[in-house]
Amino acid sequence: MTVLSRSVATAPPARPRRRARWRPALTGGLALLAALVVFVIPFLFIALQAVKTRREASRLDFAWPTEWQAWENLVEVVQERDYMLLLAYLNSTIITVGSVTLLVIFASMVGYVLQRRRSRVNGVVMGAVLAGLMIPPAVVPTIWVLQALGLFKTIHGMILIEVAYNLSFSVLLYRAFIATIPRELDEAAIIDGAKPLQVFFKVVLPLLWPVTVTNIVVQSIGIFNDFTNPLYYLPGRENVTVQLTLFNFQSQFSSQMNLLFMNVLLVTIPPLVVFVFFNRQIVAGMTAGAVKG
Amino acid sequence: MTERRARRSPYPTWFFLPAAVVYGALFIVPTLASFWFSLTRWNLFEAEFIGLGNFRQFFREPFLVQGVVNTLIYGTLTSGLKTVLGLALAVLLTGRIWFRGTLRTLVFFPVLVSTIGVGFAFEAMMHPTRGVINVALEGIGIDGPHWLTNPSLALVSVALVDVWKGVGLATVIFMAGLVSIPQDYYEAARIDGATRWQQFRRVTVPLVRPATITVVTLSLISGLRYFELIWAMTGGGPGFSSDVIASVIYKQYQAGFYGLATAGNVILFGLIACIVLPLTWWFNRREVEL
Repeated sequence: MTVLSRSVATAPPARPRRRARWRPALTGGLALLAALVVFVIPFLFIALQAVKTRREASRLDFAWPTEWQAWENLVEVVQERDYMLLLAYLNSTIITVGSVTLLVIFASMVGYVLQRRRSRVNGVVMGAVLAGLMIPPAVVPTIWVLQALGLFKTIHGMILIEVAYNLSFSVLLYRAFIATIPRELDEAAIIDGAKPLQVFFKVVLPLLWPVTVTNIVVQSIGIFNDFTNPLYYLPGRENVTVQLTLFNFQSQFSSQMNLLFMNVLLVTIPPLVVFVFFNRQIVAGMTAGAVKG
Repeated sequence: MTERRARRSPYPTWFFLPAAVVYGALFIVPTLASFWFSLTRWNLFEAEFIGLGNFRQFFREPFLVQGVVNTLIYGTLTSGLKTVLGLALAVLLTGRIWFRGTLRTLVFFPVLVSTIGVGFAFEAMMHPTRGVINVALEGIGIDGPHWLTNPSLALVSVALVDVWKGVGLATVIFMAGLVSIPQDYYEAARIDGATRWQQFRRVTVPLVRPATITVVTLSLISGLRYFELIWAMTGGGPGFSSDVIASVIYKQYQAGFYGLATAGNVILFGLIACIVLPLTWWFNRREVEL
C-alpha cells in the first residue's frame, strides 16, 4: 500500500546541514505511531465489531472476540430484509456504471469544444460549470421536475441526476487535459476528410484515456458512496442503494452493532479495491487544477 | 447547404447539447424554479403565493435560526482545520521522513470510505461511557466529555470527524502545490540564514497559495452544504443543537413543508454565494498584487 508515494512526486530533500541522520527515522516513526492511532484504530474497530456476537459487539469495546462469528454475521447481513443488500449492490452498480458512462461521453465533448474553439458561448458554459460546483441543488424543485418528466423514483432518473450534479468536475478535468493534446492531430484528421464526430471519437477521445481513467475512478467512488441524492430522489424499498442499507440496523442500534459494522465493512470493500489499483489516478484527479489555481 | 456545412467549424457547438439538456433540465431549471417556489406554500401540485412568509418564518423560529448559525460554525471550523492540518501534514509528508508512502496512504484512505459508515463507527466510539475514546481518556485520568449527547459539543464533535475524514484530500492538494515550488527559493533562503520557520513562513506559505485557495474554497463550499455525516451521527440532535441548513431542508421536506424546504435551499445558496464569491474575489485580487 505504499504506492501512493509514487503518485505525487516528492520534493527534492531539503539538504540538512547540521541535522542528525536519525531525524527522518524518528519523525517517521512518531508520525506512523500517531497515524496508526488516529487513522487505523477506527477501521480496526469496525472490523472487530463485525466479527463479534451480538452481545459482545454491543459492549463497543476493543476486547478480542471470544467467539468468532464473521461468517454468520455476513450471511445474516446479506439475508437481512429479504436479501436487500444484494438488491442494493445491483442498483448501486447500475447507477454508478450508467452515470459514469454518460459523464465520460458528455463531459469530454464539452471539454473538447470548450478548449478548442474560441467563442462567446464559452463564457456562458464556463459560468454554468462553476455554478454547478458552487450552487447546492434545490431539492424539492428537482423532485417536481423529475415527477413532471416521469423520472422520480426511477433508476434512470437517478442516473441522470448524478450526471447533472457531477458534470462540472468532469468537464474541468477534460478541459485541462485536452489543452495538452496538439491541435495538429485534429487538423490532420479534418484534412483527411473526417467529420467532427469522427475526429472526436476516433482520434481525440482515445488520446484522452489517462484522464478518462481518472474520471471513471473518482466519479464512480463518489457516486457509489453517494447517500443524499438517492435518499431524496430514489425512495422506495425496491430502489435501495448500498449506503441506505446501513440504516437497516440503525433502529435497533444498540442490539445489532455486529451486523451494522459487517454491513459497513461490505460497503467499504469496493472503494478499497479501486483504491488499491488506481490510487495514482485518484490523487491525480483530486489534485487537478490545484496547482494552477 | 453542403457547402455551408463544409465551412462549419470542426468543433461544433452542438457538442454541448447532450450535457446541456441533462444539466439544464435537472439542475438549472430546478435552481431557477426554487426562487419562485420559495415564495409559496407548496404541496408539489399547487403552489400558493405567500410572499416572503417562508423566509420570515426561517428567521423567526429559533431552531431554524440555529440551523443557519450552525452552518456557519460548521463550515468555518471544518474548512479552517482542514486547511491548517492539511498544510502541516503535506509539509511533513513531502519532507525527509521514513514510512512516507504508508503515511500518505493512511491519511488519504478515509476520503474514499462511506461517510455513513464512518459516521456510525464514530458514533459508537464516541459513546459517553462505553465508547473507545472516553475509555482511553479515562485510562489517562481524563473524564471524557459527552461528545454527541452534549448539545453544546455535538456539532463540534461531528465537525472533528468530518476533518478526520476529509483532511486527506486537503493534504494531497497541498502536496501537489508544495512539490511545484522550485527548490532554489529554499536554497536562497538558507544562504541568507533563514531558519526553518522563516523558510516556511516566507517561502512555503506564499508560494503554496494557489493550493490554499483551492482547499479553502472547496472545503468551505462542501462544509456549508454538508448533510450526510450530521445525519448519520446526530440527526441534528440533541434537540436541534447540531442542525444545519441542509438537515433542516431534509426535515422540512419530510414533514411536507415543501415551500419552507425550498426557502431553506435559497438561503443556503445565498449564504454560500455571499461567502465564497467575495472570498474568491479577494483571493484573486491579492494574487494580482503579488
